[in-house]
Amino acid sequence: MLSMTAVEVSYDEPVLHGIDLEVGPGEIVCILGPSGGGKSTLLRAVAGLVDHTGSIAVAGRSLAGVPAHRRGVGMMFQDDLLFPHLDVASNVGFGLSRQDPQRVAQMLELVGLAGYEHRAVDTLSGGQAQRVALARALAPEPDVLLLDEPFGALDVVLKAQLVREVQQVLRDRGVTVLAVTHDRHEAFTMADRVAVLRAGELVQVATADELWNKPVDAYVARLVGLSVLDGVAYPPEELRITAQGRWALQVTGRTFLDGRYLVSGVVDGESVTFGSDARSLPAVGQTVHIDRVDPAG
Amino acid sequence: MLVVPVVFLLVMFVVPVAAVFRVGLETGPSQMLEVMGAGRTWQILGFTVLQAVLSTAATMLVALPAAFVLATFRFPGRGLIRALVLVPFVMPTVVVAAAFLALIGPTGALGVDLSGSVWGLVLAHMFLNIAVVIRVVGSVLATMDPRLEEAARVLGASRWTAWRRVTWPLLRPALRASALIVFLFCFTSFGVVQVLGAGQLRTLEVEIYRQTAYLLDLPAAAALSLLQLLAVVAMLAVVGNSGGARTGNAVDVARAPVGWRQRGGVAAVVVLTVVVVLAPLAIIVVRSLMIDGRLTTVGWQMLFSQGDSTNAVDPFSAVLASLRTAGGATLLAMLVGGMAAFGLAFRGRGGWLRSVDALMLLPLGTSAVTVGLGMLLAFGRPPLDLRNTGLLIVLAQALVAIPFVVRVLAPALSGFDRRYLDAAAVLGRSPVRALAGVAVPLLLPAVVVAAGFAFAVTIGEFGATVFLASPADPTLPVAISRLLARPGEVTVAAAYAASAVLMLITAAVVVGMDRVRLSRAVAF
Repeated sequence: MLSMTAVEVSYDEPVLHGIDLEVGPGEIVCILGPSGGGKSTLLRAVAGLVDHTGSIAVAGRSLAGVPAHRRGVGMMFQDDLLFPHLDVASNVGFGLSRQDPQRVAQMLELVGLAGYEHRAVDTLSGGQAQRVALARALAPEPDVLLLDEPFGALDVVLKAQLVREVQQVLRDRGVTVLAVTHDRHEAFTMADRVAVLRAGELVQVATADELWNKPVDAYVARLVGLSVLDGVAYPPEELRITAQGRWALQVTGRTFLDGRYLVSGVVDGESVTFGSDARSLPAVGQTVHIDRVDPAG
Repeated sequence: MLVVPVVFLLVMFVVPVAAVFRVGLETGPSQMLEVMGAGRTWQILGFTVLQAVLSTAATMLVALPAAFVLATFRFPGRGLIRALVLVPFVMPTVVVAAAFLALIGPTGALGVDLSGSVWGLVLAHMFLNIAVVIRVVGSVLATMDPRLEEAARVLGASRWTAWRRVTWPLLRPALRASALIVFLFCFTSFGVVQVLGAGQLRTLEVEIYRQTAYLLDLPAAAALSLLQLLAVVAMLAVVGNSGGARTGNAVDVARAPVGWRQRGGVAAVVVLTVVVVLAPLAIIVVRSLMIDGRLTTVGWQMLFSQGDSTNAVDPFSAVLASLRTAGGATLLAMLVGGMAAFGLAFRGRGGWLRSVDALMLLPLGTSAVTVGLGMLLAFGRPPLDLRNTGLLIVLAQALVAIPFVVRVLAPALSGFDRRYLDAAAVLGRSPVRALAGVAVPLLLPAVVVAAGFAFAVTIGEFGATVFLASPADPTLPVAISRLLARPGEVTVAAAYAASAVLMLITAAVVVGMDRVRLSRAVAF
């Protein structure tokens, strides 16, 4: 549905180098990477908001020379960018070629805000505003929807809830999505495939499972939450405290997350996270020895 | 984009001012030096500074409590009061002077005659300028997070220490900036001193006019102009370094007053502010209908009787002349000022752009009389004689209005988030339709406010206009000053009637601005 070949963007210096990426119909691809890695620039290139070289095509149609407003590409921005002088209905209907109250109502219902038509946008909560922004982006039925850190400005609880809701809406409607985030939880929750972007280059494009099981390098391994020890990546459940463990670890933190205890620490400057049971939980500041265990055994 | 406003200012401001000095130098540089060195000149300069200092102090004294109450407390009618305190600022100086003449003049309503004394000037200047302090200081107060003081308290600071080390330093730039602006306005004030001074009070500005118009001593006027300009440039250099700092969040931190002391304080300040603002305006209407303590409409009749042979001033056509010139000047100021604001907003503020910013503000702090005189000298005689075209007044008034236009439009333009245009583009709007559908409605309030300010300023402009208005076809402020200067109870009543008309036109403009959210106006 969306295909990019050798896309490059330069401001004063190159920001994106030769990006090749395919997003299939109805697929949700999430670009994951640190801030300043060129993620937003890639979306802006697809939307036609920055100049680029290389080719971008949507539904087989090349977008070369097509201005932003004729690309049939929708976009949701980090801070909702709802137009403050228009009410909710006018915002949602902004991208429609003619007034269509029925469609506006339908879109608002889709995002769980039925009846909000005549509210002023500055009376909405952060979550409501983002849902209106989603309704506005989906109303013109874009071929591809771009999400630029759409949940970046929300608090953790609201974000978790909204990520699931938005994903549901997008799946139900079979929308083709290219999203951008620096939050791996968000990426793994939403995406069919995750594209890891570092310093303007795509390092690995794969499903979450593949990223966890076969990260191409230590950078990707760390990004997806694995611990890298002596050049090998370990998931949390494969590391345990044992008296004769190969690695000496200084404990820096402990938490209880998703039904298990996690310990974080440092081995020779490398951050490591592993699981523990409640009874053998080490104290912060303590040095323990850890080693690989077979989670199955 | 910046070329047009810069050229406009150079031609319309620098050339006329230079013309004043050239005439002075041509007729006799030694005479100029003599004037500048004379004891009388320094006496006038001393009085000019004195009245400006007193006026500034009085303005701060009255305005600061009002600024504090309006920014700190939420109470019914707060929005109305906030709009009301802006009214005096846009009132023409001649109208204000007439009002205070009616209050504290020889036959004043308050029974004390302060005309011809410095205190009359102080009161009128205070009335004119309270809005400056309330807006500049208020905008800082209103956004000052009360938690900052709380943070200081939990760090061990006493109430007084927290105020001295946190609140006061945050407030100081705004206080200094507003005080300097008020001082500058009072320093170059013309209409008020001319009308209220009763010929006895001489500030530099009035003396420049007197030397030119009555004594026809151009070198003396030029010397005084130069002296004044030097003083103003020195002060502007200080103002330029001290913008009012905002403490960050744009959240309205006002709260409801608690307890009888706070409520009483709020009520007292509100009542006092309303009285200070409305009493001078009301007295104008009263005096236009009163002769010798009797109610009569002869003043208004005289105002609307055209072609009366005893009446050298035709106030009715003065209204038309005022509307005509102010309309043209507003249009011109919006065009030139708009270009300046656009250029300043979208090209950063580094390097030489800062000096363009300062250049745009220059007419605000400069003697209007000097500008008027300069324009007459530069463009009022062959080879370029524009005197009878009416064009000179329009140009001079536009020049005076440009700083206001720039001050309102530039922040609005630079505050406009251009990503709204991106959002409109990805929703299928072409660039033109995105501008029309998003940028225009979002910027319209600022445009209306800028135009309103420009219109109010131009229609009340007196200092430059008094030189440039043709004797047969004066604008309203000029007509009012002439009527006030002539003997006869009926003429004076007619002067007040004309003042009332001018006041109503100005008030209508302010109300119109208020309808598009006056609170968005970023003055100064």
